Amino acid sequence: MTHPTGAPTARRIDGWSRCLLSMSLVVTALFANVGYAQLEITVRGGTERAIPIAVVPLQGNNAGDPVDVSRIVSNNLERSGLFDPLPREDMLEKPATPEDLSLRNWRTLGVEYVVFGQLRANNVVRFHLVDVFKGERLMAYDMPAPRQVEQLRYTAHDVSDLVFEGITGNQGVFNTRIAYVTSTGAGDNQRFRLTVADADGYNPRVLVRSNEPIMSPAWSPDARQLAYVGYANGRSAIYTIDIASGDRRRVISEPGINGSPAWSPDGSKLAITLSYEENPDIYVLDLNSGQKRRLTTHWGIDTEAAWSPDGERLVFTSDRGGAPQIYRISASGGSPERLTFDGRQNLRASYAPNGEKLVLVHQSDRGYQIALYDLQRDAILPLTDGRLDESPSFAPNGQLVIYATKGASGTELATVTVDARVRQNLRQAGNVREPVWSPFLDAR
Amino acid sequence: MQVRNIVIPAVLALFMAACGSTAERDSTAGQTTVGDSSTRDSSAQGAGDQDRGSAKPLPMSEEERQQQQKRQLMQNNTVYFEFDSSDLSSEAQNTVRAHAEFLINNPDMNVRLEGHADERGTREYNIGLGERRAQAVARVMLSRGVSSDQFEIISYGEERPAALGSNEEAWAKNRRVEIVYR
Repeated sequence: MTHPTGAPTARRIDGWSRCLLSMSLVVTALFANVGYAQLEITVRGGTERAIPIAVVPLQGNNAGDPVDVSRIVSNNLERSGLFDPLPREDMLEKPATPEDLSLRNWRTLGVEYVVFGQLRANNVVRFHLVDVFKGERLMAYDMPAPRQVEQLRYTAHDVSDLVFEGITGNQGVFNTRIAYVTSTGAGDNQRFRLTVADADGYNPRVLVRSNEPIMSPAWSPDARQLAYVGYANGRSAIYTIDIASGDRRRVISEPGINGSPAWSPDGSKLAITLSYEENPDIYVLDLNSGQKRRLTTHWGIDTEAAWSPDGERLVFTSDRGGAPQIYRISASGGSPERLTFDGRQNLRASYAPNGEKLVLVHQSDRGYQIALYDLQRDAILPLTDGRLDESPSFAPNGQLVIYATKGASGTELATVTVDARVRQNLRQAGNVREPVWSPFLDAR
Repeated sequence: MQVRNIVIPAVLALFMAACGSTAERDSTAGQTTVGDSSTRDSSAQGAGDQDRGSAKPLPMSEEERQQQQKRQLMQNNTVYFEFDSSDLSSEAQNTVRAHAEFLINNPDMNVRLEGHADERGTREYNIGLGERRAQAVARVMLSRGVSSDQFEIISYGEERPAALGSNEEAWAKNRRVEIVYR
C-alpha cells in the first residue's frame, strides 16, 4: 500500500505556508514576544500499551540544524500516549532510503514501525513509513520543507499527522494550536494575558495583555478568531480577535455579566451568558446582525453554554436544582432537560467532536476533577484525580483533553488521553489556565 | 459635585490639625483641651500631638465629619460569605446597613459592589456567584432606601483573589463583596 508522492499534502502545505508567512509577519510586528518561555512537557503515564516505533534522524538534517525534524516527530508521537518511540542511541542503523533498511535490525528491537527519510537539497522532506513485521511500506511522501525554523517545525508536525493517521486511522492534532490565559502578580499588580501557542507549547504569542481579567477564550470553527471576556471601564465585555491581524471587536457589553462565549458550529453565532435582564441566562447572539435571542429564563445561574457538533442543541451549567449541574436545551429554545445527577456538582460541559460524550468538571468528595459524561449510557467516567482541575477542552480528534490543574507553583496546563491512561503536564511560570484546543486548522 | 470641591480643603485642614503646627488657637475650639478625650474632636485622635501641649484641633465641619465617616466605612467595606452561598450573615448585614445609611445621607456618593468567589467551581459559574453576592448586598441597600443610581454591580468571580493559596483560610477571604467608593 504505497501512497503516491503526496500531491494533496503538498498543496495543503503551500496554503498553510502562505497563511503562516503573512501571519508571522503581522504577529511578529504586533507582539514581538516569540521568544517567551516555552512550556515544559512531562509524560507521566504508562507506555505499556503504546506502539513501539522508531523515528530515524533524517539524512541531511544535521546535528547543528535549528530544527530536528525526526526529534519533533518522535516527541509528538510520544505525547499522544499511543506510541513508545525508540531512543536514538538504541538504533542499530539509520537508513535514509528503503534500500538501506534492514527489517531484521528493527524486528530484533521489537520495533513495529520505522519512519525514516531525507531532508533533501531541494527543500523537500522525503519520508517513508514501514510496518516492520509485515515488511510493507505504508506510506512515502515528499513534503515541501522551507528551511526557516518555524516552517520546518510545521513540516515535522505534518509528518507526525500523516504517520499518526496512517497507523491509528485517526487524524492527528500535531498541527493544531492551543489558546490559554495567564495571570501573574497579585492585587493591584495582577496582569493578564491571552496567548496562542502550537499544540506542543512552542511559539507562544501573546494576543492581548490587560490589567483587568481575561477569561473564557473560545475558538471560532475556522480557527481564525478567538472570542473572550475582558473588562473595561468597570464592565465586562465579550470581544472577538482575529489571530493573524490582531484586529479586535467588542461584540457586546451589557450591564452585568457578559460571559462564556461559544461559537456555533457554522461560526455565525455566539452562545453567551448575560445578566442584564435579571440574572445569568443563556442568549444566542447573531454576529452579523447583532441581534440576540434569550434561550433560558430562570432565576438560577445559567452559564457555560456549549453547542452540539450539529448545532441543534446546547448544554449548559445551571444551579436551578440547587447545586450546579448540566442541562441540555434545543438551539431553538424550549424547556431544558437535566443530564447529570451523579456528583455534588457538574459544570462547564462541552461536546466531544463526535457528539457522543461530554467532557466536564465533576465535583467528587476529593474535589474537582475532569470527567467524561457518556450521553448514551448516562455515566460519569473520571479522567483525572486532582483536587482543583478545571477548564477541560477536547482536542479536535477527540482523543485528548487539555485542562488546567493545580501545580506546585500555581495553575498549569495538562493533557489526558480519553482512556485516562496517559497524562502530561505543561509547565510554565505564572498561573496558566483556561486552555482551549483549536479546531483543525484546515480541512483535509 | 460640591463635595468633590471641599474634599481637598477638608483633608488639608485635617492634616494641619493632625500636625498641630499651624492650628488656629483662637478658634471656637479654644475651650477644648488637648488630651481630654471626652471633649476632644476625634479628628485629632492618635495624631501624636499630646507632647506639643499647645496645639488645638479645629472644630469638625459637616464635610469633615462626612470624610471621616467615609474613611471609617472604607476600612470596613468587605462582607464575607459561605461556600456557594450568597446569604448575608448578621454581621455582614450590619456592615451593609452602615454603608446604606451613609449613602442615603450623601446622595451624591456612588459605590461599586464588586462580587468575588473562591477558586473552587468553574470560572464562569463563579462569575454568576459573585454577581449573586453583590446583588444580595444591593437588595439590602435598596431596602434601606438607597437609590439604585448610587451603586453598580460588577462580578470578578475568582479572577481577583484577595488572598492567595488553596486552603480554607484563603478561600474564606476570597468569598466576598467589596463596597468600593468611587
